[in-house]
Order: sequence, then C-alpha cells, then structure tokens
Amino acid sequence: MVMNERRRALLLLEDATTFPGLAFGHVGERSGEAVFNTSMTGYQEILSDPSYRGQLVTLTSVHVGNYGINANDMESDRVQVAGLVVRSASRRASNFRATRTLEAWLCEHEIPGIMGVDTRAVTRHLRDRGAMMGMIVPDAAPDDIHAALERLKNVPRYEERDYVAECSVPAPRRVLLEETADPYVPLRVTLVGEETPWPERLLELPEVGVLDFGVKYSILRLLAESGFRVTVFPHDTAPETLLARELSGLLLSNGPGDPGRLGGAVERVRSLVGKVPIFGICLGHQILAQAVGGRTFKLKFGHRGPNQPVRVEATGRVQITSQNHGYTVELGETAQINERVEPVEVTHVNLNDRTVEGFALPTLRAFGLQHHPEAGPGPHDASEAFLDFRKVVMASRVL
Amino acid sequence: MAWAQAVALRAGRARFPCRFHHLDNPVHSMPRRDDLQTILVLGSGPIVIGQACEFDYSGSQAVQALRREGYRVVLVNSNPATIMTDTELADATYIEPLTVPYVREVIRKERPDAILPTMGGQTALNLAKALHEEGVLAEFGVELIGAAYDVIERAEDRTLFKRAMEEIGVDMARSGFAHNLVEALDVVEQVGFPAILRPSFTMGGTGGNISYNRDEYEQYIRWALDASPTREVLVEESLIGWKEFELELMRDHMDNVVIICSIENLDPMGVHTGDSITVAPAQTLTDAEYQAMRDEAIAIIRKIGVETGGCNIQFAVCPRTGRRVVIEINPRVSRSSALASKATGFPIAKMAALLAVGFSLDEIPNDITRVTPASFEPVIDYTVVKIPRFTFEKFPGARPVLTTQMKSVGEVMSIGRSFPEAMMKATRSLETGRAGLVPLLAPPGEDGVPADVSSLREFFGDFLRVPGPDRFWYIADALGSGLSVDEVAELTGVDPWFLDQLLQVIELENEIKDWNRVGGHLESPEGQDLLLRAKRFGISDEELGRLLDRSELAVRQARLQAGLRPVYKKVDTCAAEFEAQTPYLYSTWERVDEVEVETSDRRVIILGGGPNRIGQGIEFDYCAVHGVKALREAGYETIMVNCNPETVSTDYDVPDRLYFEPLTFEDVMEIVEREKPTGVILQFGGQTPLKLALPLMRAGVRILGTHPDIIDKVEDRKRFGALIEQLGLQQPPGGTAQQFSEALQVARGVGYPVLVRPSYVLGGRAMQIIHEEDELLEFFEMARAAGGGGNILIDRFLDDAIEVDVDCIGDGEDFVIGGIMQHIEEAGVHSGDSACSLPPYSLAPEVVDTIAQQTVALARALGIVGLMNVQFAVRQGEVFVLEVNPRASRTIPYVSKSIGHPLAKYAARVMVGESLREIGFTTPVVPEHFAVKEAILPFKKFPGVDSLLGPEMKSTGEVMGIDSTFEGAFWRAQIAASNPLPSSGRVFVSVRDRDKAAVVEVARRLVDLGFEIVATRGTGSLLREQGLPVTHVNKVKEGRPHIVDRIINGQIAMVVNTTIGRQAIEDSRSIRRATVERDVPYFTTVAGARAAVGAMHAHSCSRALSVRSIQSYHASMNSD
Repeated sequence: MVMNERRRALLLLEDATTFPGLAFGHVGERSGEAVFNTSMTGYQEILSDPSYRGQLVTLTSVHVGNYGINANDMESDRVQVAGLVVRSASRRASNFRATRTLEAWLCEHEIPGIMGVDTRAVTRHLRDRGAMMGMIVPDAAPDDIHAALERLKNVPRYEERDYVAECSVPAPRRVLLEETADPYVPLRVTLVGEETPWPERLLELPEVGVLDFGVKYSILRLLAESGFRVTVFPHDTAPETLLARELSGLLLSNGPGDPGRLGGAVERVRSLVGKVPIFGICLGHQILAQAVGGRTFKLKFGHRGPNQPVRVEATGRVQITSQNHGYTVELGETAQINERVEPVEVTHVNLNDRTVEGFALPTLRAFGLQHHPEAGPGPHDASEAFLDFRKVVMASRVL
Repeated sequence: MAWAQAVALRAGRARFPCRFHHLDNPVHSMPRRDDLQTILVLGSGPIVIGQACEFDYSGSQAVQALRREGYRVVLVNSNPATIMTDTELADATYIEPLTVPYVREVIRKERPDAILPTMGGQTALNLAKALHEEGVLAEFGVELIGAAYDVIERAEDRTLFKRAMEEIGVDMARSGFAHNLVEALDVVEQVGFPAILRPSFTMGGTGGNISYNRDEYEQYIRWALDASPTREVLVEESLIGWKEFELELMRDHMDNVVIICSIENLDPMGVHTGDSITVAPAQTLTDAEYQAMRDEAIAIIRKIGVETGGCNIQFAVCPRTGRRVVIEINPRVSRSSALASKATGFPIAKMAALLAVGFSLDEIPNDITRVTPASFEPVIDYTVVKIPRFTFEKFPGARPVLTTQMKSVGEVMSIGRSFPEAMMKATRSLETGRAGLVPLLAPPGEDGVPADVSSLREFFGDFLRVPGPDRFWYIADALGSGLSVDEVAELTGVDPWFLDQLLQVIELENEIKDWNRVGGHLESPEGQDLLLRAKRFGISDEELGRLLDRSELAVRQARLQAGLRPVYKKVDTCAAEFEAQTPYLYSTWERVDEVEVETSDRRVIILGGGPNRIGQGIEFDYCAVHGVKALREAGYETIMVNCNPETVSTDYDVPDRLYFEPLTFEDVMEIVEREKPTGVILQFGGQTPLKLALPLMRAGVRILGTHPDIIDKVEDRKRFGALIEQLGLQQPPGGTAQQFSEALQVARGVGYPVLVRPSYVLGGRAMQIIHEEDELLEFFEMARAAGGGGNILIDRFLDDAIEVDVDCIGDGEDFVIGGIMQHIEEAGVHSGDSACSLPPYSLAPEVVDTIAQQTVALARALGIVGLMNVQFAVRQGEVFVLEVNPRASRTIPYVSKSIGHPLAKYAARVMVGESLREIGFTTPVVPEHFAVKEAILPFKKFPGVDSLLGPEMKSTGEVMGIDSTFEGAFWRAQIAASNPLPSSGRVFVSVRDRDKAAVVEVARRLVDLGFEIVATRGTGSLLREQGLPVTHVNKVKEGRPHIVDRIINGQIAMVVNTTIGRQAIEDSRSIRRATVERDVPYFTTVAGARAAVGAMHAHSCSRALSVRSIQSYHASMNSD
C-alpha cells in the first residue's frame, strides 16, 4: 500500500537526536531551524507564511492535510517553510474549497516533508532543549547519520542568515483586492506594479505603506479592508523615499529571522518614528522596539500557535491570539527620541510567560504588537488592532 | 481604544519565565463574590437517556470547587447513586425530589443566597426556570448564578432564540413553530419534507423526529406536542447529510470567551449528537471555516447573554457550499462538555463554578500546567473518538434506527495519536464483542473478487443510508467489499476524510490477511513490521488473531517477543508546549514513552465499569470512585483504568494516575506490567472488569479481594448447588441444559413456570419467565441465534414470592450485613427495575433474621473479602436463595446512603488487608427511617415498545425517597421518579384472576380516599360484589370509547393492571403504552399498587411537606 511504498526518512537534530518517519512531499535533504506550531487548523497559512522561512516546522496536530490546499488561504505566493514534520499526512483532501492535496502542493514547490513522526516527542524535545537546527534526511541508514550531522553543522545557522531579503518585494507593489466565489475568502490579495493605476474608488482613501520584511497576505487584506490604499515597499526603502510619498501611516510587517541582525532597518525606522503613524507586527514590532531603545532576545522555543492569551492592559480583558515568533522584546520605561524623553507603555502582556505583547508611544503615534492581529491562521480576537490603527491614522490626518 | 488609553502599567521588564500567580493581576480583577455565603447546587436527578452520569461529574466538581473557595454548599439531587450526594461533598445534601415544592422547602430551610442551575442538565435548568416563574426565587431573595432566567429563556425558547439569531445575522435552518396540528400543517408547507420536529424544553431530544411524508408527520407531531411541556414544536428544514459540529465555550464576567474544544460528528445531521460517533478536534474544516464558526459562536454566547460558565453550541455545515447554520445552544454544562473536558484535560464544570462566583478566566490557573492561566484555548495533539453505546436488544419492538431523539444509554471515549487508532480503541472499549472491524454483513461477490458496483450499492443501500447502531461496521464492510469512498460518502453522508482513514485500516487488514494466506511468519522481520503497522492503527491483539487465524494470546506472545509495546503519553491541554503536572495518560504506538513509573509496594489498580448500559450504570462508577478514595486515604497510590467519559472515575483529580483506556485484557495487561501494582481490584466495576478476572489471574496478576474462582463457583450451577446443599439452604429447583431436549426435561422436572437465562449475564439480559413448552423452544432458538454458547440455566419460577436483596461485606473472617432490601414488585421483575425498601417494610422479623443468617453463612463459605450481594425469594415464610454475586452491586450507593456507612470504601480497605474490626464496622445498621429506591424506565424513548416489567432489566436509573415512614418514602420516590401519585380522580383497575382477591383491599382504600374506580367487566363485577362502587369501561376489544381512549383523554389518574399469559399481555399492551405516553402512574403488580395506595393514604392525612438532609439523618442514627 501507499504507506509501504514510501521511503524512510529521518528528522535529525543538531544534538544528534533522531526521529524516524517516512518521506512525503518532495524527497530531498533540507535543513532549517526546528520549531513546532500547536495550531489545529491552518497548515496552509502556516506553510505559506514567510515568517517560517528557514524553519523546519513540526505541527503538533496529528492529522495534517485533511482539507487539502485551496486557492485562497495563501499567506504568500509559495510554500515558505524549509520542511514539514507531521504525524499523519492525509492522502485525500476533503473540502469543497480544496483544489489539491497537501502532498501534491509540497511536491510542486519542492518542499520535503516527513510523516509518521512522533511529533509529540519532537515537541517535548524542543520545549526542553530549546529550538535548534535540524535536517530532514531521506533514506538515512544508521551509519549515514554521522555524515548528515556533519553536513548539518556546516550549513549556516538560522541566526546567521538574512531571510528578509528573500521574502521582500523587489520594488513597490500596489495591493488590490480581487473578488472570489469563495464564501470564506470573498476578497483575495493581488499585488501589482506601480505602473498599474489605482482603481478610481481607492484614490479617495488614505494611503498606507507596508515595509515588507516578509508580509502575510492577511495583513494586506485587513489593511485594505480597513479602508486604506495600501502600497508594499521593499524592506530597505530609504526613509526619505517613504516620507516623500506622504503616507498616512506605515506598517512594519512580520517576517523571518533574527531581529537583532536588522540594524539597518532599525535605523531607518528610528528616523521615521514620530513623523508618520507606525504600526509594527511581529518582526515589525521587534524592529520598532529596537528603534525606540529596546532590545530583543531569543525565547527558548518561541510562541507558535493559535491559543496564546494576551491581556489588553487598558481593559483587563484577554484576547486569544495567533502567534509565531522565536524572539521577543524588552523595553525601557522611556525612550529617547529626537532629544526628547518619551514614555513607553506596555499595552499587551502575554499571560503565559508575561512577555511583552504590545507597546505604544502614544505621543509619537507608534505602536507594536508581537502577536498576529490578522490571524491567518488563528482566532480573530485581536483584529480590532487594524481599526485602532485606522483611528490613529485618521486622527493624525485631521491634525 | 487599547493603545491610546493604555494605562501606565510598568510591566515593561519582561519577566520570563515567571510562575503564574493569580494575585499578580493589576487593577482589573474582581475577586470572588463575598456577598454570597450559601449556594444551592441542583443535581440532574435519575439517570435517563440523554442525562447520565456526566452531571455527577460536573456537579461533584462544582460542589468541591465552591467549597474550596469557602462557600457553604447545599445540594439537592434525588439520585443516591452519585458521588455528589456523598455526605462529605456538600455541607447539606438533600436526596429529595427535584420539584418546585420540595426545592422550595430546601430553600426555606437553608436560605441560600444563590442557586447554581447549570450543573444539573436540563432538569436543573427547567427547575430553576420554574422556581423563578412560581415566585420562589423572589420570595426568598435567591439569585440565579451561571445562567439568569432570561438567558435560559432565550436559549431554550425556540422563538426567542430564532429572533436573537436574526438580530445578529446568524443563519438558521428554515423553520416554524406549531402549537397544534393545524399550525403544524401550515408550517410544513413552508419547510417541506423531510422535516425535523423538535419539541421545546425537552432533553435528549425527547419527542423529536424526522418525517419524510405527511402521514408520518401527523403521527410524529402529536408525539412531539405531547413531549413538550409547553406544547410547542419547532418544525425545521431538513439538514440531512450536512456535517455537524459542536463548540464548547466558556465565558467570564469580563466577557472573555474561549473555545475549549471543537467536536465533529462522524454521523451527519439527522442523528442526535448523543447518538453520533464524534471526533475531537474537528477534522475537516479549514482555518477560515473554523474561525468563522468560532466568531459566530462567540457572537451567539454574547447575544444569548450567558454571563459566566460553560456553553455548548451546535452547528451544521453544508459540505458542498460551506453554508453554516446554528442548530442550538445549551447554556449549561452538558454531556458534550464532559466529553470536551475529558478530551482536552480542561475541567469545564469546575471552571464554570468558579466563574459563576466572580472569578475571571485569567485569575484561575490551568489545572494541568499550573503555570499558565485558564484563559486560553486547549490544543490537542491526539485524536479523540466517542462512540455511543446502544441497547436496542433490551427493547424488542423498537426499531434500531437513529433519529434526532437520543436512544443511546452510554458512551465510550478513546484517545489515540491518529483517528484510526482512536477509532479502533473505541470499538473495543464498547464491549459489544467486536474488538475492531468485525464483519457483520456478507456482501455479494466471490472470495477476493468483488461484485460490481451496482450490486454492491443495492446490497449496502439501506444499511448505509439508514443510520443505526451498527452503521459504522456496515461502512467498514462496504469499504472492505470494494465500494469506493465516494460511493459510501454519498450513501451515508459521512465525510470522505473519515472514510479514507477507515479504508487505510481495511487495506492494512487485507494486506495482513493476504500475507497470512501465503504463509507469512509473524516472527519474520516482515511480520513484525506488519504487526507494528497494525498496532499503530490501533488494531487489537484479538482482532489480529482473527485476521491471522490465531488466538489473541498467540498474537500477544509474538508481539511481546518482538518487543512491541505501546508507549504512554499525557493529556495536557497544550500539545506539550508546557510541562504537564497532571497524570492523565493514554496508550499509543509511538516511539517515546513520556511517563516514568517508579516502583512502589503500595499501589493498586482499580478497574472502572466501562460504558454505561442498562444493567451497568453510575452505581459502579460510584463504587470505583469510592475504592480509589478509600485507598488514597489509606496511603496507597491509586491507578484508575476506564474508558467512559461521562464518569467521575475518569476525572483526573480522582486517582493518582488515570489511564483512559479500553477495559480489555490486552490494554489492562500493558498497564499492569508497567505499573507492577500490589494488586488489581475488579469487584467495583460491575461485569466489565469481572469478565477479566480469570484471564488476568491466569496471566499471574494478583486480584485483590474475593478469589476470582468464587465468581465461577457461584455461576457454575453444580458448584453452587453443592454449596447451597452443604449450607442447608434452599434454592428454587432447577438445572442446566445445553440442548433443547435437556431443557425440556429440566423444565418438566421442576414444573412451570420456569425462569430461564444464559449463564454469565448482567441486568437479566435475555432472562425470561416461561409458562409453556412452546415458549421454551422459542427461547432456546433465540439464545442460540444470539450466539450464546455455554449453558442455559433453568429454574422453577416462584410466583407470588417477595424478592429480597442483601448487600454484605466481609474481610474473610467477619461478615456484616450492609442492608436488607425488600422489593415491592413480586419476584419475576428484575431487581434493578423493582422498587425496594430499606429496611423491609412488611417482612416478619424472623424472616429477616433468617435472611441475614443465610447471607452471612454464604459469605463465610465463599470467603468473601469485599462485597457480596445475594438475592432471596420469600414465599409463605420460606426463604430461597436465588443468586449470589461476589462483587459490588447496583444497590451499594443506595444502601450506603441509607445506613450512613460507605460500604464500597470499607470494601476497598478490606481488600488491602484491613479488617472490619479495624474499620469499626462490625454490626449491621438498621435505620429507623425508610429509604425507598424507585427505578426509572426509558419506555417513552422507544415508541411502540411494551412497558411490562419482567426478568430482563430495562431501567436506566434510580431515585431514592427517604422519610420516617415507608409510605412517606414511597410517596417521595414516586414524585422523584416523575411518576407522582394522584390525590383525586379515577383509577382504572383490571387484574388477572389470581390477583382478584388481593386487589379488593386496594380498591376499597382507593374508594375511601375518594377515588372513583373504573373497571372492566371481570374485575368490576368482583369489586361490585364486595360492595364497592365501580364504573364500567370497555376493554379495547369491546368497542369505543374504551379504556385507552379514556387514558388518552386524560380521564384516568392511575392504572392498576396485572396480566398473565401471552394473549392478555398482548391485549393490555395499548393500555400500558397510553399510560407511558400520558405520564399516568401505572402498576403492573398488586404489590406495587398496594404500596402506592398506602402512600396515598398516608399523604392524605399527612403533615406539611418537610425535607431533611442526609447529614441530619445520619447524625441522628449515630447518636442512637
């Protein structure tokens, strides 16, 4: 049967721990940072989220691929993860929205997967020892492991690579929303060059720029649905260029990699703080935090899942949020910006480990959220953030 | 706006990691409500179809959580077989009827500040509603917490619910309400066929149905109108074939809402969710679909206004278009929330109780991780399957078809690291003799060559289209015979994903069979690889034995030789993201075992009772829990093994370690071998663990308590007969037979009527009273057809005898009577279905003494260590031993609560070596009060089934009435059983000849009480001869209007009808059916009628209604 014909494969971690399984998807060797995500739905969104670039993602949910892959749940235009580790991959896609199976999609994008893995054991290992480099090794015999481990040690570590450049748009792109027949995703994001004129009805709307460190389509869609005209800019766009566009607001997107490497981006953002309303999400939040004097550090194994409780300090209420980050921020109580001392307020706190989930410099109209208000996948509890951003932007325009 | 108004909280320094502490909360927290001191918790009453021991689980959790927070807790529940009614749980416990007058009296006496009505199912919710409507809450200034009156109204009243959904733009099925037939016909015009009928304010879907045509519709609508207390029925667009989902939500007073669990029904819409195979988490929804459903659920809970606590919302999703409609909301904990709690490790009821008294979710730590807050959504890294347990075989005449009215009597849950693994574990947990995908049908086609699709479709058509208790196995047969996933999906409406998963199991099974056929060796590497793959799919050793033409033990041997063993993983709410503190385990076939077992010389495994079914219910869970509690108190490490998610025993707080596993030899042995316990206790879980006694003993497991050989000794006819003789006791003459000819001989020898049954039965399964040879032949053929090997037991049936049940405890040296219970119905009615009284209410003291002496003699002779139950029959002062059960019986909780001694706890201590002297229980306790147990029968759920009682048990549960007199206790028990005795009106009397003399006295007392007697010719003329006024009524055959017409017209307040012989039974069937449907109290024995009339008499000249707590009853006994 199918199971039987599959080739064996191994998940090898840099501490020499191995987890056997069977190859699925593209068959090939691939390394990356081994992380786990606890979402029970949304594998398509996760796999196409640029923030997972360079990572071997273990999904703790045991059945993956059940509802196949569809045209509208993409968070970018391709599979972004380095590889996928699952307990059980469905051979059949069952959903009216599905257009193909998970496996066919992975093959098409040449992304290797490994199935039949004791993913709970992988998760516990990463939880206890921390995130580490790993490798999917097809057809490995026990003697090969040593050689594979050598190869793994020679690939650049996750922290050493610059993934943002791989994800970012090369030139400014306009965000258009295209209607679909899908009741669950009635509007789909398309990116067009600036040579394409804005549709008439968008010209009235305030324009918001997105600095693209690996932006998810859900962010673009929610921004556009919030009543903005949205332009995506390359991650290294000069501040002067952005200011010259007279944007009503700027969103610093999510993205992959170690935020500590992004000194250039931090500098550019620092020169923009106070000059335009800024909203940072995830990596964007971490860049903003550094720009206002904070620092970032790596969490032991990160927050990746759909169920992270975040308390909104203004109301005391809890939002269940979607998260995907391996680093977090530490902030001072004040920030020195343009020779002035500005208060930094922690607006959101993670109730699991009390890390900062959101902060604000209200006087400078700069805000950051560590979690993903756009969900995709995950609960929509925090989606009000886009409305908040709009309120800030509109208030600024009146001024 | 969150950011702009951000408070200047200086939490800026990330503190990581940081131990959770709920005082670590800033300004927003509202602590527990100090304005409340006393809280009244309402239980759910007796176990009925649709409301089982899940409410004992939720109620016990709530009571304990509230007490831990310092509240005084008062509890009312009429069901004695519950943990929640144990005296140490609540501060004051009332085993009283759950009706307004009785609860009002409790309120008057205890003056609670608030009532928590969300823990006792629909019963408690309806009662809370009635207490409000009748002004009781206002009168005593009592607040409803958890669910306010208007919330209950909005959630339960279909019109209000529909309006609320329209207001927030939530889609519902097309529908309309009908309050009478005319309206009903109007509505169905709009809705079309097939149409679904849902009566308002009922639970378990009572009276609900699907009708496909107008004739059916007119019939069903009448039932539905009758079933609704408000005579209101919702007629709905059929969503047959749509996928069904449930979400379990929690909300706190801060308006934080979290989803605890998503559940997907394998059976599509049209089957009540309680009767559906369900899977957690939902498997076939994309994130976009799931989040849209989640958003809608949160909007609904807010709109309905469930302020705090748990809530269950059901949705239907069209598989072709994704259209989603909401079906219903339950603003309380439910069967599904119990399942969700067990499926995720998140204790919904406990949390709901805390939220109801003012805590918010972020102030309560997650029970399992202890370092993160409860304000999160559990994620699970395994698959959970629930399969309902049916007992259609108990109700001949009931069609085994599943509809929107729930019919299952229990359920099992299993946990595996894949859907197939969980599914296969669940099938063997059911204990229906199918340890996997055992073929039930023989489809067309030669061996190995499948028939063509059209003949397969024809063959399987109705098996697949019509949902029934065995449909899952038919599906497996269909897939196995070559029908494609798409074909089966089309015929059943089951999502192809589930079918494809199942197909993978079938493909592997075929591969194993083929491999075996060509002579593969299990010991070869290939064989071991196959074995491992099979185990990873959850296929049991027994099933593998079937596939490989080998015994289970041979497979086990080969498996152990290859070193193939399961590993154990934890249920932790968080998919291993955080370390779990709570030892809640399941087996799976993975690589890493995450639970280290330290050796211990004080460790006991207690086996639970498996799925509830008629004959084995909550009573056994009660005993198992008591066993665990007693041994924990005695310093033992306790291990519970069970697979029933409804129970208290599977609350991970109860034992030191919980294994949520099937109760089979294979699964239990794996646990025994890793835990290496001091011993295993089997006698608390009823028949389920008892069946394992001999296999476990043979495998060298130490069984605590009475030696397993004793089970055989009392079941084996010859050995038992010898014992009776040796002790100089009497039993009804009888014998055993393998062949019909032998049976005939035995029956002739002892004389008719005879009582026949297969050996090793519980709940009187297949037991019958037989009056003539033809019937005997029929019985024999039936028993053989049912596949019953082994002996048939044949006994002389002692008609007109009084049956007596005795529970006894022994330590091997001393033997003490726990309680002697006199049955109210005569012998011949199964003891589980008969009302009974403790102490006996009419037996001569010397008879009671004889019974006590004989019981002790039996216990001594058997060397009982633990519990024993004996059934006696008393005829004309002579005592006969009917049956001995060397284990905890169904009556243990009732007896324990009546006498104020926890017998099951004592038994557990005795089994680990304590003596009764050390425990201090050396003399029997005979209370001065009376406790009457009454059985609850499910006939209303099975239209067309005869409600006559017999030796086969049919009841699902029981209630207890307790009072200073027998009559008072009987009266209360009848009210608690929703069978209140009338105080005026007409009583219909019709009895068989033998009862005529006895019924005169009953009739005379009824006349004295002011009742009018209505009788048919025979009984009527007899009563007239005795000078009693009697109104004539026609028998059904005698022309209209006849007695059934009068019952249906509500002109009869009570029925006394005894019959004998097949014809008379057949003739009177429509009478019994009408009384069931109209809730008219009816008595099919004169003894029952006599007790009723006594109670009615006592009530007519009684004092004001009063209530008394169990604690108070016990205290007065101890002070004696």
